[in-house]
Amino acid sequence: MFEIKKKTTLAHDVHSIEVEASYIASKTLPGQFVIIKINEEGERIPLTIADSHPKRGTVTLIFQEVGKSTMQLGGLSKGDFLEDVVGPLGIPSHLEKLGLVVCIGGGIGIAPVHPVARGFKNAGSKVISILGARSRDLLIMEKEMVKASTEIMICTDDGSYGQKGFVTNLLEDLINNGSPIDLVVAIGPVPMMEAVCKLTKPFEIKTMVSLNPIMVDGTGMCGACRVTVAGKTKFVCVEGPDFDGHQVDFAELRLRQRMYLKEEREAIESLTYIGE
Amino acid sequence: MTEKKEPKKKKEKVPRQAMPAQEPVERAGNFEEVPLGYPPETAMLEATRCIQCKDPRCVAGCPVGIDIPGFILAIEEGDFARSIRILKESNALPAICGRVCPQEDQCEILCIIGVKEEPVAVGRLERFAADWEMAQPETELPESAEPTGKKVAIVGAGPAGLTVAGDLIVKGHEVTIYEALHKPGGVLVYGIPEFRLPKEIVYYEIENLEKMGVKIIYNMVIGKTLTVMDLMEDEGYDSVFLGVGAGLPWFMDIPGENLNGVYSANEYLTRANLMKAYLFPKYDTPLVTGKKVAVIGGGNVAMDAARTALRMGAKEVTVVYRRSRKEMPARIEEIHHAEEEGIIFELLVNPARIIGNDDGWVTGMECIRMELGEPDDSGRRRPVPIKGSEFIVDVETVIVSVGTGANPLMTKSTPGLGLNKWDYVEINEKTGETSLPGVYAGGDIVRGAATVILAMGDGRVASRAMHAHMMGEELVFEEEENGEE
Repeated sequence: MFEIKKKTTLAHDVHSIEVEASYIASKTLPGQFVIIKINEEGERIPLTIADSHPKRGTVTLIFQEVGKSTMQLGGLSKGDFLEDVVGPLGIPSHLEKLGLVVCIGGGIGIAPVHPVARGFKNAGSKVISILGARSRDLLIMEKEMVKASTEIMICTDDGSYGQKGFVTNLLEDLINNGSPIDLVVAIGPVPMMEAVCKLTKPFEIKTMVSLNPIMVDGTGMCGACRVTVAGKTKFVCVEGPDFDGHQVDFAELRLRQRMYLKEEREAIESLTYIGE
Repeated sequence: MTEKKEPKKKKEKVPRQAMPAQEPVERAGNFEEVPLGYPPETAMLEATRCIQCKDPRCVAGCPVGIDIPGFILAIEEGDFARSIRILKESNALPAICGRVCPQEDQCEILCIIGVKEEPVAVGRLERFAADWEMAQPETELPESAEPTGKKVAIVGAGPAGLTVAGDLIVKGHEVTIYEALHKPGGVLVYGIPEFRLPKEIVYYEIENLEKMGVKIIYNMVIGKTLTVMDLMEDEGYDSVFLGVGAGLPWFMDIPGENLNGVYSANEYLTRANLMKAYLFPKYDTPLVTGKKVAVIGGGNVAMDAARTALRMGAKEVTVVYRRSRKEMPARIEEIHHAEEEGIIFELLVNPARIIGNDDGWVTGMECIRMELGEPDDSGRRRPVPIKGSEFIVDVETVIVSVGTGANPLMTKSTPGLGLNKWDYVEINEKTGETSLPGVYAGGDIVRGAATVILAMGDGRVASRAMHAHMMGEELVFEEEENGEE
């Protein structure tokens, strides 16, 4: 059992929980994830580790309520327990000293991009971060990202904060201004990552994305998380989650993400029913 | 004339006793166990068929060397408690082995009775004794030796690891199992379906180990959460056993394999068994099974997947296998059960591509007929496609069950661990020792996909060597007895 030591709500339906898991905390590197299962009946879902605190023996997980499991997770409070937390899984992000790294976080994707931005900055790279959200009240971790970056740019779809538009608009400006970008790291919804890759490809700017497909065991045993990268099938849980975005078959990934839409709705309905 | 009154001859007159089973039509709609087990009188009658050979051949066929005539004699005499005690001397998990061991290829194939008639039903009798014990209010646990002060870490709570745990706890060592999943049992729980091996039975056997003092820590991926070096150095273990299983499912590398509705057998079975998707939405994990399902492959796992699909609501399940029936690696009994339940077999057929719709879902599969050519490396005749024999089948779900490869999580994070060219762990076959001193291995991570009992046999070999290693004793090999097979 893994105790929730702290819970903060960052935005509407977006929460941050600090979970006691000392072994995981002492091993975690940026880019890695855990698989959690809330209770006996729960499913196993992957969540990126937003931060780890080896001294406190905890890891921070940030999630948005989108399905039954994340809704249930959102309903838990400090002092509650998760039945299972396993990790740190996946290959850590490759961090090094580069000239300029642009870290793009879209929506809830800001949480996993944060440790990567911080890692590149600590390694001595200049980091420009681009944060995007649908609206101001959905923007998370601005303060943390300011600290983790050399420079920060913000946009919202509705223009309620920062520049009106998408992260790709800001990235395009940067590219057009002639900034010599060595690497783009994009983490967020699949359409956002795809759009970023489409933009950077003609300029041959290396672009890494972090994928979050459906998983079961998270240790390479089942293959639920397979994606096509450079024409080859990869298991995201053991060979990822970071991949060269220019090689990822996003169209396939988008369809695979929708595999259980019907069941997800059914599960949410059953949750509402139980709650009544 | 053979009419002379001789008691042993009379025994042979009893035919091999059938085991009652759920009717095929009924069982295809539920997840309850198919064979129902012997009632006591049937077990005692079947036990009379054993002629108590002085030099029993059956024992040599058992990877863990059970005293087979001994436990059968106890059943014949109605002393079921003694019977289970004898079984447990060599086998920590008799209720499991009685159900899933391929006895027809191991002990029963060597039974002398089998020369003229059907062999003694060793597996059914083993299951009987184990089930009898489970029904008793108290379980007799083997006594453990005085504590040795030595600590053993076992990686993986599957059949190999559980065997090592059972062996070494009795010898007085402190035993901790590190399990990556949230439940123990390994393939016994995530892979083998409920209707073939009820999970209650697996958990019962494991609880007994825990009562004897074995500690199990879940959610520990060795190679990630801790490494093998962490175990040896920081956690202070005197010896480590690696029984992590085979791991990565193979796909066929044909077009359409990443369409929605294509599962590896591992995923399909894990969702159904470990995650209990058949109880969705009470349990949260979903599993989509179409009306028409194709299962690719001819092994036990393919049979399990096909029979599970039927129980998940499929109307038509077809096993597609590229060789002929003779080459099918599945147990005859499993093929038979599948056929009885209405599973269709398309033999000498190979999938060429999987066809999908615009939403990314499977709608069909193109197959090609095969014929058998020259024998290949495995000694089986190689299937060769027949030109122009392509045909398309309508399916909504495809379950790929063509084997698994070595999982790199543990092996690649363990510097100095010797691997073979398929990335399986190399061991000294007599001791199970790897290239790292004090580190032993067995089961599928050594053999590639094999069986539960072979994994347990590996565990037995390794536990003896681990004990000797920790106690600084010389390892004495038994004269000959059980060969490696």
